[in-house]
Amino acid sequence: MKKTDQKIAETVTRDVINRRDFFGMAWKALGIIAALEAGGMMVSYFFSGKNRKTAQTKQLLEAGPVNGFLPGSVSAFMGGRFYLARQQDGGFIALSLRCTHLGCSVSWEENKKRFICPCHSSAFDISGEVLNPPAARALDFYPVLIENGVVKVDIGTLKERKSARKEQFIYA
Amino acid sequence: MRNIFLHLHPSNISESSLRFNRTFGLGGMAVLLIIIQIITGILLRFYYIPSPSEAYDSVMFLKDRVLFGPFTRNIHYWSGVFLLLIAFLHFLRVFFTGAYRDSRSINWLFGLFLLGLIVFANFTGYLLPWDQLAYWAITVSTNIIGYLPIIGESLRNSIIGGKELNADTLQTFFTLHTALFPFLIMAIVLYHFWRVRKAGGVLLPETPEKSEMIPVMPNLIFREFIVGLVLMAVLLIFAALFNAPLLEKANPSYSMNPTKAPWYFAGVQELLMHFHPFFAAFIIPFSVIVFLAWIPFFKYNEPPNGHWFISGKGIRSSKHTAIFSTVATLAGILFNAYVLNFEMVMPAIPALISNGVIPLLILFLLMGGYYQFHLKGFRLSKAELVQAVFVFIVVAFIILSLTGIFFRGKDMELTFPWNV
Repeated sequence: MKKTDQKIAETVTRDVINRRDFFGMAWKALGIIAALEAGGMMVSYFFSGKNRKTAQTKQLLEAGPVNGFLPGSVSAFMGGRFYLARQQDGGFIALSLRCTHLGCSVSWEENKKRFICPCHSSAFDISGEVLNPPAARALDFYPVLIENGVVKVDIGTLKERKSARKEQFIYA
Repeated sequence: MRNIFLHLHPSNISESSLRFNRTFGLGGMAVLLIIIQIITGILLRFYYIPSPSEAYDSVMFLKDRVLFGPFTRNIHYWSGVFLLLIAFLHFLRVFFTGAYRDSRSINWLFGLFLLGLIVFANFTGYLLPWDQLAYWAITVSTNIIGYLPIIGESLRNSIIGGKELNADTLQTFFTLHTALFPFLIMAIVLYHFWRVRKAGGVLLPETPEKSEMIPVMPNLIFREFIVGLVLMAVLLIFAALFNAPLLEKANPSYSMNPTKAPWYFAGVQELLMHFHPFFAAFIIPFSVIVFLAWIPFFKYNEPPNGHWFISGKGIRSSKHTAIFSTVATLAGILFNAYVLNFEMVMPAIPALISNGVIPLLILFLLMGGYYQFHLKGFRLSKAELVQAVFVFIVVAFIILSLTGIFFRGKDMELTFPWNV
């Protein structure tokens, strides 16, 4: 309270604002604007070019004929970075290799019938559902298309999900 | 040359600030290591190619075909490791001699910032060899960022330029590691030094007899020279005996088992084994950073006296707290690993609560009990209490890091170091 009183008294006794003060403030204001501009430019320069890899484009990869995949089997497509998993009921899903915990590559353990992440031993079943934490979400997946009895996977579009559901499977 | 060194120092200093156990010369050692990093870093850049297809081969070329190539790489690697350890010890020394308050509080903040920069300079360098070790360590670490609330996912994608590590990531890390960070570190180090001088040099305990002022040359300069020589000797022996790690070329389809974050993040990774990521990667580390930055600005009753651990009471309470922290951290790790996994026991409750709020509450209860039934009896001053909290945090961090580095084997299961 006392401080502001003093300030008010000061401004009242002085002539409103003199030339020196005006230029002093103008310089400061210009400096702040220039700094903000330069900062803004740097931030936009950095971030505008950095997201091109996340843009999703359709990119089909032919996996093979439907009959080549037995129900309950998992086939690895390392080039496409996915596992094509055929459920017991015949439904297809293309599961991403990336563990939803911290992004390590999961591997399919045939005798245990589960995907296991080597980093923190998260486990997922054949539909990608979490069997063992720390992973909290089911494995991501790529859309599957079946044309003329051939399974194709769109490896340009990665779909994230909370848990595995029936409508994510594709049937021949 | 002589003039450069003399300009960084005052012309006369107090004789008692020369005692080695006042500072252990840690700040000076850190500067020498930074200079060695810059020299060897420039040498490495003559051969290194920052692209995913060529990075690994260029490192292999350096290793197999270049005279003193492996030696240069080893010096760079080990001086990076030493720098982090010595900067950490320097941070402990400054805290435990009370040199963080009053005219030194801003410099404490700059010191913390420097420590952070050194960590991230190390981290960005870790990726550059583009081998399996680098690729998966950086994958795991950058995915931790994704757990920050709201901005996490987009921040992570911006830093690595996509969902997985790619050429953009390498380019970004390379630029940070070889241009921005060295420049920033050098600039802030100079400022850091200048502020020490401005605060009147090294903080000294008050003694009955007044310490004599003596000329820096030769008294300090010669001592610095000896410390520098010994440090270089140790560094070169390490570089000659132990090779910097280099595994096979990075393979995005095949994760290492186990995959570990770089050793200085092993503590955070160990926390991730026990807490929900929101707590392990965000709440706990950020609380610690805020606490560390806040240390100079608590209201203390008496000025710092410059004595190690403040007082006899301070020494005893620090020892007890260190023991408590060790036991509590180890017990927590073992209990969570072998007795009770909160998330498995309470599957119906969201993991954020069962694996975050509940274990944290248990930890707070333990700490509260220790304070109420033991620490309170010491009748500590504010500074001594802050010191006890600091000791708890640092010791817990060290125990977590050692566990992550030496006691986690295949599938990240707990095991003994000789099985890792």
